[in-house]
Amino acid sequence: MTASDEDIERIVRAEYGRVVATLVRRFSDVDIAEEAAGEALVVAVQTWRRDGLPPNPGGWLVTTAGNRAIDRIRRESTRDARQKEAAMLTPPDSDPLGAVDDDRLRLIFMCCHPALAVEARVALTLRLVVGLSMAEIAAAFVVEETTMAQRLTRAKRKIKAARIPFGVPFASDLPSRLSSAMAVVYLVFNQGYFATTGDVPLRGELCAEAIRLARLLRQLLPDEPETSGLLALLLLTDARRPARFEGTTLVPLAEQDRTRWIRPSIDEGHDLVRQCLKLQRPGYYQILAAINAVHTDGPASDWRQVLALYDQLMVVAPSPVVALNRAVALAEVEGPAAALTAVDALDLVPYHAWHATRADLLRRLGHDRDAAAAYESAIALADNPAERDFLTTRLASVRG
Amino acid sequence: MAQQYMLSVWHVGGYPELPPDEMQAQFEAVGAFNQEVMDAGAWVFAGGLMPRDTATTVDNTGAETILADGPFAETKEHIGGFWVITAENLDEALRWAAKGSKACAGKVEVRPFQSE
Repeated sequence: MTASDEDIERIVRAEYGRVVATLVRRFSDVDIAEEAAGEALVVAVQTWRRDGLPPNPGGWLVTTAGNRAIDRIRRESTRDARQKEAAMLTPPDSDPLGAVDDDRLRLIFMCCHPALAVEARVALTLRLVVGLSMAEIAAAFVVEETTMAQRLTRAKRKIKAARIPFGVPFASDLPSRLSSAMAVVYLVFNQGYFATTGDVPLRGELCAEAIRLARLLRQLLPDEPETSGLLALLLLTDARRPARFEGTTLVPLAEQDRTRWIRPSIDEGHDLVRQCLKLQRPGYYQILAAINAVHTDGPASDWRQVLALYDQLMVVAPSPVVALNRAVALAEVEGPAAALTAVDALDLVPYHAWHATRADLLRRLGHDRDAAAAYESAIALADNPAERDFLTTRLASVRG
Repeated sequence: MAQQYMLSVWHVGGYPELPPDEMQAQFEAVGAFNQEVMDAGAWVFAGGLMPRDTATTVDNTGAETILADGPFAETKEHIGGFWVITAENLDEALRWAAKGSKACAGKVEVRPFQSE
């Protein structure tokens, strides 16, 4: 039976990070791993189209990529390569990691190493762990493909030259390393949930990959409540995915059909938030998760609770973006005029959500002309096609 | 296969001027750090540098050798000393750098040496 291209595409996407991670461990070289994984995927597509899927596609890819890597190393004749060859003839040791033994987790800690620039961390994770193409990553960051390629090349050179380790950090380094890894996982999720690439408003496979990575981080550090908070946040956000769009238009939270939300994700998310509350060590992700738990609890959001949680978030992690979201809750509790005062005080002119929030508040206050101008600014800055559609509909309504 | 790293200590502006007792405490802290690096077998070489106004820049890339008084880079930041250590990987080097930075009360740059 031949395999459909969708099946092949799905498997290749799902297995890419695992293949790269296994090869990085085995050959200690990101370039060799990346190139061999890429070649194996090309061979897989050709072979599977003709012969159908093998019984264990992931294992097939790892073996094929491993052979390709050995071929490449043999072709090269430097001493360095011969040493690598000697090293790889000994079977790869499995370096136990306790509860979680996952090469992708090692790979993510390598990609999220604080010795790399933040944008390089996210780009490397998207490239090596998630398997996005250079063009997709460049589009996501709104930079030229050559610029992104240079950035990634530089990061990979630093990994090699400075010997950024492929592994889970020492216990003493873990807390600081963990926050970097969590931030990158959250960015990967948001890259899927608010896709800015192409015409697709949402990339479910990125959301799923981020959730998988969040689960791994939590397994690694179950006593660190922020890992539970991050997982809960992603589950509760992802649960609303099926109701977020009406055709190509974004549907705001309050207007979503709650029966379409993914119930098991909500239950799991609520459960995790309850566990976090018991520990009484609140942090950024836990509070965001709690806000999303309130939104997904009962028939409508309890805005007083949401506002109280945003007040707490402003203490733990104050930022203009948090203040903007707090203002949205404030509008529901004290009305749009109070919220508009708060929003106008924020310095977020380049941010589309600032204009969109102002526009909505102005619309609710009946200032249609100012609202229209704000909607126009928001549309010009919005990257997500579904959000642009939503804003365009609202703009039409205030223009009457 | 260990990798060598240079941990260089950077000062901004002049050398920090400390009262004698603080200076003494810092010497002792650096001495203790040096001993720890040696005990761990990570020590290769280390040294403190004289102030930058003792530097001379030599340029023999042209027709004749030109000497100039002072350091090459006209920046506020300047290198005050360094350690050369061996470490398995960057994480290990960064842990030494963190201890070294604390001991000498300065920022430390970590850079790998070219391997052969």
